[in-house]
Amino acid sequence: MILGLLACFYLSNQIKFIDLRKYLYYLQLVSYSEENKEEWLFEISSKRGLFELDYKELWRYRDLLFLFVKRDIVTFYKQTILGPIWFIIQPLITSLIQFVIFSQIANIPSDDTPYFLFVLAGNVLWFYFSDCFKSTSEVFKTNQNLFGKVYFPRLIMPLAIVFSNLVKFGIQFLFFLGVLFYCIYKGYNVHPNLYVLYTPLLLLVMILLSLGSGMIITSLTTKYRDLTFVVTFGISLYMYVTPIVYPTSLALEKLPESLHYLVYLNPLTSIFDFFKYAFLGSGTLDLFGVLYSLLFSIIIFFAGVFVFNKTEKNFIDVI
Amino acid sequence: MSKVILKIENVSKQYRLGQVGTGTISHDLNRWWAKIRGKEDPFLKIGETNDRSKKGDTDYVWALQDINFEVNQGEVLGIIGKNGAGKSTLLKILSRVTSPTTGSIKTRGRIASLLEVGTGFHPEMTGRENVYLNGAILGMTKKEIASKIDEIIEFSGCERYIDTPVKRYSSGMTVRLAFAVAAHLDPEILVVDEVLAVGDAEFQKKAIGKMQDISREAGKTVLFVSHNMAAVQNLCTRGVVMRNGTIFFEGDIEESIQVYLKDNANIESLANFDSRIGSGVIKVIESSIYGENKNLEPQIGKPFHIELTIDNPQEIDSSHIRFDLKIDDRMGQRIAWMSNYLFNKETKSNVCKILFKMDKLNLNEGGYYISTDVYVDLKRADWLQSAIYFEVVDGDYYKAGRGVPVAESRLLFDFDVNFISK
Repeated sequence: MILGLLACFYLSNQIKFIDLRKYLYYLQLVSYSEENKEEWLFEISSKRGLFELDYKELWRYRDLLFLFVKRDIVTFYKQTILGPIWFIIQPLITSLIQFVIFSQIANIPSDDTPYFLFVLAGNVLWFYFSDCFKSTSEVFKTNQNLFGKVYFPRLIMPLAIVFSNLVKFGIQFLFFLGVLFYCIYKGYNVHPNLYVLYTPLLLLVMILLSLGSGMIITSLTTKYRDLTFVVTFGISLYMYVTPIVYPTSLALEKLPESLHYLVYLNPLTSIFDFFKYAFLGSGTLDLFGVLYSLLFSIIIFFAGVFVFNKTEKNFIDVI
Repeated sequence: MSKVILKIENVSKQYRLGQVGTGTISHDLNRWWAKIRGKEDPFLKIGETNDRSKKGDTDYVWALQDINFEVNQGEVLGIIGKNGAGKSTLLKILSRVTSPTTGSIKTRGRIASLLEVGTGFHPEMTGRENVYLNGAILGMTKKEIASKIDEIIEFSGCERYIDTPVKRYSSGMTVRLAFAVAAHLDPEILVVDEVLAVGDAEFQKKAIGKMQDISREAGKTVLFVSHNMAAVQNLCTRGVVMRNGTIFFEGDIEESIQVYLKDNANIESLANFDSRIGSGVIKVIESSIYGENKNLEPQIGKPFHIELTIDNPQEIDSSHIRFDLKIDDRMGQRIAWMSNYLFNKETKSNVCKILFKMDKLNLNEGGYYISTDVYVDLKRADWLQSAIYFEVVDGDYYKAGRGVPVAESRLLFDFDVNFISK
């Protein structure tokens, strides 16, 4: 939280000092360099703006982003027979096992919707979040060879992770829709509503959240590796804190009143609830919670960019 | 009129030695505390110059210290220096892989660096896919690559394999393909580190030719780091000699190479060498190995001297002494055997030194060991095995800008070759 506040403070400072002429030059509205002979294309030094996101440079490297995404997708199913179907098998099997354990054995309710569909909805979202987070939190470590040899905007890497996982999410989401339509066709208690139009917003929150926290972790672990151990088991624990295999209503019912705020402190709670409400018509809608999640994820994201920027210029010396 | 395209101002880089552990975190906290109070970084003052062979007092060294120079447009600058002189650190900073501790670098053009070819190659992807990916990593757009792809494939000579995964390639083919991509980059400034030392002789020739084209015809600015003096001499117009993280000399390439060679003349005391065999009537106590003159390192094709100082308390004259000298390569393979016994020279009394001299050094680039074996009246007096080490630096033996591959031969011979027509 403190980091987030700090981030906002720096950002506001940064905006004040933007050199308008430079921006006009970027837009090629004025010939900035010709009238000023001492102007250099860019400068390499130890100091750098903490929020200096060079959009123009990122844009110039957009092809690289696309090629990285393509690489991740294509190499995933190289030399396999089933190919992209493997993307579906992961949530399918997980959901089946959870169905058997949590619904059949443990008798956990699912707000009167088919439990398999209920848990599949949660899993599809969860896999997106956790995959993005896990890959982003290892960005510096896994790419140290590449980063140690060539320069390109380092932010391309986490962005590529987000987009390639988005493709994977798309395939899994289509599978989820298939199951959903089957359930509607069979006449189960499932009622999608117009709130499904908010799905991109939910995805955005998850992207910002996983990207931001992942970038913080990867930056902090370049020098001191301690946190990597926390991440590996932390992420599996976090899955149980998030309402995937149980509905939020159940958690609220079982927990004492004084601990209810803990349920809502988790920024993913309202996102998962919203998603399930929109597609399954189950649970409750917590618009205030979604707003909180959005705000929280924006703060985390900027904190992530802040730490990432600070780390990327020298991490190769200490990793 | 040439204008300055790259300006390096007061660039320094500090590194911390040793492992990252609990000691590091206390330093980090210290630094952070100083920063909060608005003070200077306490560890920036204590760094020592980077002389890797000496033991230092602190954990901090300056890999680079106050580097200042300018590069003009269209210039091909050779950066030379011994291992650990800071060349690669400088290139890393130039290619923005790491940032300087202090100072700044200003540039008027895009910099592309080739610190290693084939970075980012994915073994599962085909050659063509990798060309696109690698090109994009090096800063090309997809459109640029698409317009050059045929040229790249042709240059690499891997046409037949281009749609096969790179993991099936031989290592030579991978390197060829990677270099082909790199050679078709189109930046204003190209930074090259030893990448020419890849592939077979035929491909190396092609690579050097391509580098020459880039710099001469296209007017590109190139920064070139190499230990291969023949290539440096051939390609570069100006040179910078680095030593222990500082710039030692800057100027014309010929002069720079001379300065570099002067940088490490070999004088070594052998007085404390203890695994000697022999009566000890005469002892070899000092060696000095040098090239053209005492200040120059041995270089291929240039005069070469081995000067050995001997301790001769009984003042034995030269007619009683037989001095054998053997040269082995680093694998222990005997390369040469030389001795005063082969010649009939006039007798000299009270000798204290012996000098072996070659007019044109014909040992190939690399390190060698010398063993000496001294006999007095056919009785062994002093035998030192592999006691002296020296290195031969690359030079232009055949005055053709090309050398014999080190792996092919340790020795070079004078010869002539001609085709004969019908």
